[in-house]
Amino acid sequence: MNLLNISSPHTSRSGNTGNVMRRVILATIPGIFALTYFFGPGHLIQIAIAASACVGCEALILRMRNKPILFNLLDYSALLTAILLALSLPPYAPFWVTIVASAFSIIVAKHLYGGLGQNPFNPAMVGFALVLVSFPVAMTTSWSAPAELLENGISFSQALELIFTSREHIDAITMATPLDVYKHQVGIETASEILTNPIFTDTNSPATAIGWIWVNLAFLLGGIIMLSRGIFTWHIPVSLLATLSLLSLFIGWDSDQYVPLSLHILSGATMLGAFFIATDPVTASTTPLGKIIYGAGIGSLIYVIRTWGSYPDAVAFAVLLMNFAAPFIDQYTQPRTYGHAKAVRGLAKKD
Amino acid sequence: MKPIQLHDFNGGIHPNENKIQSTTLEILDATIPEKLILPIAQHIGAPSKPIVSPGDTVLKGQLIAQGEDFVSCNLHAPTSGVIGEITHKQVPHQSTMSALCIEIITDGKDKWIEHQALENYLQADPSKLIEKIQEAGITGLGGAGFPTHVKASIPASKIDTLIINAAECEPYITADDLLMCEHANEIIQGIEILCRILRPKQCIIGIENNKPNAIEQLQNAIAVLPNNMHHIQVAAIPTKYPSGGEKQLIQILTGHEVPNGGLPADIGIVLQNVGTAYAIYQAIAKGEPLISRITTVTGDACEQPRNFRVLLGTQVKDLLAQANTNLKKASRLIMGGPMMGITLPHADVPVVKTTNCIIAASKHELPNPAMEQACIRCGMCTQACPAQLLPQQLYWFAKSSNLDQAKAHNIGDCIECGACSYVCPSNIPLVQYYRFAKGEIKQANADKMKSDGAKKRFDTRTARLDREVAEKEAKRKARAEAAAKKQADKKAELAKNPAPVDATPHPDIEALQKKLDATKAAIEKSKIKLAEAQAANSDKVEILSGALEKAQAKMKDIALSIAQAKKAAKSPASTSTDKDDTKSDLIEVIEGLKQKVLAAKTRMEKAQERLDMAKEQNLDTVDALQLGVNKQKEKLDAAQKNLEEAAQ
Repeated sequence: MNLLNISSPHTSRSGNTGNVMRRVILATIPGIFALTYFFGPGHLIQIAIAASACVGCEALILRMRNKPILFNLLDYSALLTAILLALSLPPYAPFWVTIVASAFSIIVAKHLYGGLGQNPFNPAMVGFALVLVSFPVAMTTSWSAPAELLENGISFSQALELIFTSREHIDAITMATPLDVYKHQVGIETASEILTNPIFTDTNSPATAIGWIWVNLAFLLGGIIMLSRGIFTWHIPVSLLATLSLLSLFIGWDSDQYVPLSLHILSGATMLGAFFIATDPVTASTTPLGKIIYGAGIGSLIYVIRTWGSYPDAVAFAVLLMNFAAPFIDQYTQPRTYGHAKAVRGLAKKD
Repeated sequence: MKPIQLHDFNGGIHPNENKIQSTTLEILDATIPEKLILPIAQHIGAPSKPIVSPGDTVLKGQLIAQGEDFVSCNLHAPTSGVIGEITHKQVPHQSTMSALCIEIITDGKDKWIEHQALENYLQADPSKLIEKIQEAGITGLGGAGFPTHVKASIPASKIDTLIINAAECEPYITADDLLMCEHANEIIQGIEILCRILRPKQCIIGIENNKPNAIEQLQNAIAVLPNNMHHIQVAAIPTKYPSGGEKQLIQILTGHEVPNGGLPADIGIVLQNVGTAYAIYQAIAKGEPLISRITTVTGDACEQPRNFRVLLGTQVKDLLAQANTNLKKASRLIMGGPMMGITLPHADVPVVKTTNCIIAASKHELPNPAMEQACIRCGMCTQACPAQLLPQQLYWFAKSSNLDQAKAHNIGDCIECGACSYVCPSNIPLVQYYRFAKGEIKQANADKMKSDGAKKRFDTRTARLDREVAEKEAKRKARAEAAAKKQADKKAELAKNPAPVDATPHPDIEALQKKLDATKAAIEKSKIKLAEAQAANSDKVEILSGALEKAQAKMKDIALSIAQAKKAAKSPASTSTDKDDTKSDLIEVIEGLKQKVLAAKTRMEKAQERLDMAKEQNLDTVDALQLGVNKQKEKLDAAQKNLEEAAQ
């Protein structure tokens, strides 16, 4: 009998980082399904491209850093980054945009900062922001119209052609996003005039966009599943959505002048951002109060950038800006330790 | 009676309980082994002192080691036999350390020493009860092993609530559960005794609701009390690890928190383990000291897991054998629970007063730790921490040895319950990291205390040396002043009676001149010393330069005295010019003075030369030195002038 001298605790809950990442990946399935159903197979192809690029880069860098490759690949973090990135990108963005974004996410945003757990910025959002500011044309003209507005829908071969080879017929299937349309029309038209645009559903009140509403609800469903499994806590998504809603209600109550609440919540990347992007634990705040502040910060920045900024959507920039603040927020929102009269604020002073 | 309002504590986990295996059978008296090994330190506090020698015959219950201090504990022979060797043996401790143990070779007769129960113990004097508890060597049987008589001695006026810890929140352990099921009445009597001592306003037995049978037995035992004058009641609390932690149980039952750095007594609470209450009953009502305890023997490697009433000092292997343990199947032996227990190096270590459980775990049951992955800051540890810490921050600080930040994040409040490690999806051994950081902090504090002490000693020594120099100097000054006064008195006398003056000036001035020479020599010496010290960059420089300045001041004084003496020599000359014989004498005197002044002048010049040399060697103190020498020169010049005047 060879007894190991292991100090307590001797038992632990089974599982590893890979289990957590895998659950998040599984929770994106309703959203992926909705996106594919309403906007054609573009996102599936983007996921395949991003996954190959991200996992390839991850393996390469792990090899260069002399780390065990398979052990680290099986934490599925690179795959999750790839999926989140692909879901954020326009479905018919050219393949090289996706590859550039993926490579930048993994190599620069993740591994140059030290790899998993060390990156201050959400890798998927860094990659997304890079291509958004670098290739604005490809990034804004590649959003597809909902398939039901197209005569023949979008076939798989058509999608492959658009992404990999010829972009000649891209105009036939693309369309501005509802947030984009509303934002640019609201200066010259009234709400009821804008809502006659085919991208919006027939019912005028509340204003919703075809396809987008279901995509957002699907991501919300995935988020609720994760929440119930305890993968993250309610703090960030609830405070993010609440802040966005409150700002929209107080500032943008007049839908003739501002994008209405229903579009803020149920179109664009709101639900994907609230439940899958903002909750990335590595780059978010970790204290209970800090998470609320962090979520509220993202919610307000999304509203501010969407309303007064030059981009129609803002999840990536809002998340990245709050990533900056997360360590600082953590220092000032430490919970009060048992038996202490008050919580510690800030770091210890250097002697 | 009002039901207890329960509160929740932050975090907590729900590991697999694994309690059912060992609760199917009643408590069994373990057989008396051939030998018992009794460590003299089974409690917190000073180790007890053996009062037996090898070869002595002892009876069951006989005192074999005496508590050395108030915070210490007696130890009794668990059975009759002969004392074997008293040597260092491996004891149950995480460090696998050895400690002094008394060995008893049992005789199998199990013959009791004469012992006496306390009559009418519920009316007895509290101090008498505490004395009995102390005699019986009772410690807390929950885990820490704090001497019970110390806790019982807290002034009753301070105590508002007595909490009996029967939570038994760790998986696998069922010793308290079975004890409550089988000995509820005795436990309640023990609690009554504690209430008699501490006089609390209320007494709550906190017990996790996964022990319905024990709860029922306790409630029945309370119901048959003639009058529940101490308001003992049972509070069934939700099953959640670590509800049996002292601080957590207090929070659950009262909603209060033990202040940081304080004790439960600070908020009017005393906690005792339920097993301790039983031991108290045994000691008071039966007169039996603490010589056995209930221990759970369980784990996959045990064919028949169950609870044993085991004599203290029984080797773990003897106990495991009685539970039909297949040691080949066991990959780990744990004393205590799987969350906070310690790993045993082998099965030869003895059962001690705090041994509530032995787990012989198979590889499948408690697998080796998985490979550590990167922390993804998921915060599951924060959600699990019962002390409301930020475990993942502490992990970063511990990993980078950033002890200041770890301290600022209250790492000292970590109770090492292991909840964070349990939930960590990245399999990071968090508690081990915290133990490392705590150890480093402890070491750093010890080192700091040591260096502070050394600094204090050094400062005290320097101060003492300075004081000695100053005292010496003051004495010398006093002597010099006395001499100067004497001189002045003489001068005054001379002024009054010029007649006998003719003989006096010579020796005075000569003596002064001698002194001046000696002082100058001293200055030279100290200058050299100073130069040496400065070259060696020693801290004596200041002391030496101070001494040098003082010596120079002294030289000044002496020169002044010489000048005065010369004036004195001059004035009698002026008053007695008309007398020829005295005049010729005076001329001789003046001539002598002249020579001496000239000699002094040459010496002064030599000194000047040496000063220049010193100047080349060092720069700092030379200025002051030169100033002194210059003044000296002026004085000598003035003296010369006086002399010339006298000559005229």
